[in-house]
Amino acid sequence: MIFALRIEKRPSDSRLMSLLSPILAIVLTLVSGAVLFAVLGHPPLHALYTFFVAPLEDVYGWTELGVKVAPLLLCAMGLMLCFKAKVWNIGAEGQFILGGLGGGYIALELLQVESFWVLPAVIIFGSLCGLLWAGLAALLKTRFGANEILTTIMLNYIALNALLYAVHGPLKDPEGYNFPESALFSDSALLPAVLDDYRMNISIWFGLIAVAVIWTLMSRTLIGFQISVLGEDRAAARFAGFNEKRLVWVVLLVSGGLAGLAGVSEVVGPVGQLNPYIAPGYGYAAIIVVFLGRMMPIGIVLASVLLALTFMGGEMVQMELTLPKSLTGLFQGMLLFYLLACDLLISYRVVPNRPIKKGSGANLQTAQAD
Amino acid sequence: MDFDLVVNILFATIRTGTPLILIALGEMVCEKSGVLNLGQEGMVLMGAVAGFMAAVVTGHPGLGVLAAMAAGMLMSLLFGFLAISLVTSQVATGLALTIFGTGLSAFLGASYVGVGIEGIGAWTVPLLSEIPVIGKILFSHDPLVYLSWALFGLVYFCFKSTRIGLIVRSVGENPEAANAIGMSVFKVRYGAVLFGGAMAGLAGGYLSLAYTPLWTEGMSAGRGWIALALVVFASWRAERVLLGAYLFGAASIMHLVLQGLGFEASPNLLAMLPYVATIVVLVVLANDAVKTRLNTPMALGKPYRPQL
Repeated sequence: MIFALRIEKRPSDSRLMSLLSPILAIVLTLVSGAVLFAVLGHPPLHALYTFFVAPLEDVYGWTELGVKVAPLLLCAMGLMLCFKAKVWNIGAEGQFILGGLGGGYIALELLQVESFWVLPAVIIFGSLCGLLWAGLAALLKTRFGANEILTTIMLNYIALNALLYAVHGPLKDPEGYNFPESALFSDSALLPAVLDDYRMNISIWFGLIAVAVIWTLMSRTLIGFQISVLGEDRAAARFAGFNEKRLVWVVLLVSGGLAGLAGVSEVVGPVGQLNPYIAPGYGYAAIIVVFLGRMMPIGIVLASVLLALTFMGGEMVQMELTLPKSLTGLFQGMLLFYLLACDLLISYRVVPNRPIKKGSGANLQTAQAD
Repeated sequence: MDFDLVVNILFATIRTGTPLILIALGEMVCEKSGVLNLGQEGMVLMGAVAGFMAAVVTGHPGLGVLAAMAAGMLMSLLFGFLAISLVTSQVATGLALTIFGTGLSAFLGASYVGVGIEGIGAWTVPLLSEIPVIGKILFSHDPLVYLSWALFGLVYFCFKSTRIGLIVRSVGENPEAANAIGMSVFKVRYGAVLFGGAMAGLAGGYLSLAYTPLWTEGMSAGRGWIALALVVFASWRAERVLLGAYLFGAASIMHLVLQGLGFEASPNLLAMLPYVATIVVLVVLANDAVKTRLNTPMALGKPYRPQL
C-alpha cells in the first residue's frame, strides 16, 4: 500500500489523465504480464511478443483480428449506450448467445432452402432474439424494479443452459456421432467473406456501421442527449420531464439487438453451426472495452482491437508456449483493475506524504488506511 | 414419492444450500459495513481452485480448506485496496474482481482439470446421527456443513447482541457519524471485506473439496451472484439468509424431486431453475421496495472519503 505517498483531490478533473489512464493501464498490464511469464519460466519479451505481436504477422492474423473485433464492437457499442445511462447491463453474453441460438435455429429450419432471403431472415431473427432477451431485463427493471445487474447475469446463465439444451437435444445433428452440436449450416445461410479464403466476414461492417449510428445517435439526437443526462443526473432528467422508463427500454433493446446481431453473425460466420462454445466471452470482454474506450466510439474501436488481440494471444500462447488459453481472461481482468486504479488519477493527484499541518484545507484527503 | 426419497431430498437440500449460506453471510457482513462487493463469484472460484490445488499438493483436504479461505481473503484484499483505499467505483471494481478471478482460477487450475482427490467425507455425529430420519437429514454431513451452521450462529449472535455488530452496522449506516465518534471506518470496512472474502473462499473450497471433489472451470456456476440476490431477499438478516439458501438449495435439486415423481427432464433445463428462481425472487422483492429500502444499509455502495 502507498504509505509514502498521499492522494490529493484535484481542483477539477483532469481531461489529460482521462486519456492517459488507459495507456498507463495497458503498460502496467504488459509489465505484470512480463513478470508473470518470467515466473512461469518463459523469457518475458519473447512471451509478450508471442501473445501480442505474433498473431498479427501475416494477412491471416489481421483477418482473424477482424473476426474478433466485429462481435466486440457490436456488443460494446450497445453496452456503451446502457452504461452512459447508468443502466448496468451485464447481459451482453446472454443476448449474444440467444442471438446465435435464434439465428441458428432459423438457419437449421431453412437448411434445404436456397434463396437470397435465407441470410437476412437468419440475421434479423437472431438480432430480434437478442433484443427480446434484453427486453426481458428492461421489463423486469421498469415494471418490477428488479436490479438489472442481477437479472441480466441470471439471464446469461439461463441463455447458456438454453443453448446447451438445444445442442444436446432438439437441435443436435442426428448424423453428428452424438457430439453436442447442430448440423452445419447451408451456404445460403453463411455471411459472405470480405476476402476470399479468409474467415473475416461482413460482420466487421455491421460493427463499424453500429459505431457510426450510435455515435450519431449520441451526438446529434435528442434521445442521445436524454440518455447522457439520465446517466449523469437522474434527478435532472426527471425534472426535465424525460421518460426514464422509455430511455431504459431504448438502451437495453438497442444493446440486446446489437449483441444478438453479434451472436448470430458468429454462428453464421466463423463457427458455421451451433455448438456449446459459440460464445467465448465476448459479452463480458465488451464491458472492459467500454470502460477502456472511455465510453467514446473512437476509444471503443481502439479498445476492441486490443481486447480482440488478447483473445488471439491466448490462442497463440496455447499453441506456441503450451500455456492455458485462459491467460486471455487473466489479462483482461488485470487490465480492468489497472484501469480502475489509474482512473483515480483523473480526479486525484499523488503527492509525497508531508506531515499535514493542522487546519490545512478541508479538501485534503488521504489514501492510507488509518 | 417414497419416504427415503424425501429424506434424500432434504439431505441434498442442506448440502446444496451450504455454499450459498457461506457466500451470502460473508456478503451480508460486507454490505452491513456499507461495502457492495460484486466480486463474490470471482472469490468463490479462486477459493475453489486454491483449495483444490492445496489438497492435491499436500494430500490433505483440511489444508485445502485453509488455502481456499486464504485465497478468498487475498482477493477481497485486492478489492478492498481499490474500493476502500483508492475509492474506486464498487460496482466496477466488483465486476473486475469477478472477471479477474474467473480468468486467474481457470489459468491456475488448467493442469488440475480431471485430477481426482479424496474429498472431505461425511462426519456422522455420534448419537445424534442415530436419531431416525432427523439423524440422516441433519447429522450425517461433512464437517463444513456443521461449520456453516456455526458461522451462521456467530454472525447472527454478532449482529443481535454484540458491540462489534453494532459498530459494523453504524459504519454502514452513517460512516461520517461513526468516524466522528472515533471509529475507524477504514478498519471496519477492511475487516468486513476480508471476512466476506474468507467466507466466499470457504464456499469455493466446499464446492471443490466436499460437494464435488474436483475442479472444473467456472464451477461456481453463478452461486456468487445468486448469493448477492439472496442477501437482498433476506433483507440483511442472517436467519433469512439461512432460510433463503435452503430454498435455493431445494430449487437446485428439483431433478431429484422430478425423478421421484417419475418425470424425466433435460438436465440443462433443470439447471436453469435456480437462476429463474433468483429472477422471481428479485421481482417479488421489488414489489416490496419500500421495505427493502428501509432495511438497506444507508451508505451501501458509497465510497467513503475521510475529511481531514
